Amino acid sequence: MSLLRSLADRERVFDFLAPQASPVDVRHGPILYMEDVTVSFDGFKAINNLNLTIDDGELRCIIGPNGAGKTTMMDIITGKTRPTTGSVWFGSRHNLLDMNEPQIASLGIGRKFQKPTVFEALSVFDNLELAMAADKRIFATLTARMTGEIKDRIEEVLETIGLTELRYRPAGILSHGQKQWLEIGMLLMQKPRLLLVDEPVAGMTEQEMERTGELLISLAGKQSVVVVEHDMGFIRSIARKVTVLHQGSVLAEGSMDQVASDPKVVEVYLGVEDEEAA
Amino acid sequence: MHASKFWLARPFSERSTQVFLGVLLTALALVTLLHVAVPQGNPLHVSAYTVNLFGKYLSYALLAVAVDLVWGYLGILSLGHGAFFALGGYAMGMYLMRQIGDRGTYGHPELPDFMVFLNWDSLPWYWQGFDMAGFAFLMVLLAPGLLALVFGFLAFRSRVTGVYLSIITQALTFALMLAFFRNEMGFGGNNGLTDFREILGFSLRSDATRLGLFLATGVALGLGYILCRAIVGSKLGRVSIASRDAEARTRFLGYRVERFQLFVFVVSAMLAGVAGALYVPQVGIINPSEFSPIFSIEIVLWVALGGRATLYGAVIGAILVNYAKTVFTGVMPDAWLFALGALFVLVTVFLPKGVAGLLAYRVKRKPNDRDDNTKPQEATA
Repeated sequence: MSLLRSLADRERVFDFLAPQASPVDVRHGPILYMEDVTVSFDGFKAINNLNLTIDDGELRCIIGPNGAGKTTMMDIITGKTRPTTGSVWFGSRHNLLDMNEPQIASLGIGRKFQKPTVFEALSVFDNLELAMAADKRIFATLTARMTGEIKDRIEEVLETIGLTELRYRPAGILSHGQKQWLEIGMLLMQKPRLLLVDEPVAGMTEQEMERTGELLISLAGKQSVVVVEHDMGFIRSIARKVTVLHQGSVLAEGSMDQVASDPKVVEVYLGVEDEEAA
Repeated sequence: MHASKFWLARPFSERSTQVFLGVLLTALALVTLLHVAVPQGNPLHVSAYTVNLFGKYLSYALLAVAVDLVWGYLGILSLGHGAFFALGGYAMGMYLMRQIGDRGTYGHPELPDFMVFLNWDSLPWYWQGFDMAGFAFLMVLLAPGLLALVFGFLAFRSRVTGVYLSIITQALTFALMLAFFRNEMGFGGNNGLTDFREILGFSLRSDATRLGLFLATGVALGLGYILCRAIVGSKLGRVSIASRDAEARTRFLGYRVERFQLFVFVVSAMLAGVAGALYVPQVGIINPSEFSPIFSIEIVLWVALGGRATLYGAVIGAILVNYAKTVFTGVMPDAWLFALGALFVLVTVFLPKGVAGLLAYRVKRKPNDRDDNTKPQEATA
């Protein structure tokens, strides 16, 4: 009887019906596990038996020569590419392989693409406002009011990305570096748990690189950050832990100094340089 | 400035809207005064003919505002807005036809003249209810709104935008023109609907009614303008601009862009319908030529000349071009199209932002002024 009553209870939400809404479980430490992941495109293994664990609040740098599988790895995490085998978990409760891209995004995984795309005609402030996690249906959007709470949140992110002074200027006038920061800010407005950042300093000046490094370091702790980058100097300046990818699997992992002195890594990178020289 | 306000109330605290409404109300009051209080024969007197002409310009201005809403802020270049204008006009025309009653040439108590002429013996089902003003005025909104809803749903769902959308809007209005030309459609065919007598009991031939229609059109323009300002000043307006400039990115942020496009498109079509409904009693006729693709392109020219994505630019453009048209077709009828073409070329080359761009340049504004209009400032307010 009580079972029937509980089944008839309209307010009751069964666990299996609401897995997305449940919080990310990071009690065991890691926020992202990738285990034995393999992706093959027509026999070519872009990712080969990859094992990767990212701790909650960690700042991780991923490096590797072209074709090492860095972008494919990002695609798997965000749901754009399905692995052939293996498992990917977000916290210890969410199996990312069961979800589609929007679900994964709403779970709190944000991705910054290489090329910044901001809304140039809108102000920096408006860009952040639109990116905010909110009810995005038509009438809610039409009648949306700017509350003090939202304003504070936007101001906070503006402060973080260092664009407070430029908040009412159109995003189109920003420099390349500033656009990258704005894009990171737009990701932050969605309150992500894990940020995937693809080549953040490509095309930046020394000074902008330095600022970007500071920004990424300040983000770590509040959220986990995974940075894919080519620029070794930049990696050295921000990295606590570095993962080297090569031919779709992890070649080495550790601090920058450990990794840089690893003979396997030296060989891979020297090999690349030899090819370039040839 | 006060983004925390109710969305429809926001435009009233914008400088540009205050100025616009001020100018509009002053113009309405001035024309009324010069028409009523200044005796005929005085050079300052505004004749009933001129009042009527101004009323026509104002309905065109409302139509231009509707086009600017979708083109300027949503990036959808509709080359078929004349269709929505004409549908609103036909709905009003049907009401006006029914008001004629048995005073038509054939004296039939119910059937309009053209139906008697075609030997029809009863009113088609879609003419039912148009003897009631309330129903007819509802149809002024619903007919264009429904067409826009169905058309927009299909187009935006399939992600048809850009040039392709412009082309199919042209096809839409052209197809409707051909359909309305047919006598079997029951809308008067080639001749359309005309010979109107009265609206809401007021004779359409009296000067007072003409003044009333002129004022009603002015008020409709003001209200339509406020509605559009409220929409573009809301977060929805910013989403529209975002989707205009980077549609894929907007989707990526979680906005269902096609639904926003559909919403704004339908609102715009309804405004165009209202404009058409106010136009018809003032010119005394509605016929399929309003559906012609050329007319729809001309509307876009008004907006381009006035300045896209400003709304007030659309009003300026519509009034300016149509005034020029009135003057030109009076003086040198054959030269009008050349003049329009030349005007368009000159504006595109020398005033890429239209007349409104020139105004914005002349009126030296404080830096950030424009941005502050849409920004939350309640901390200081």
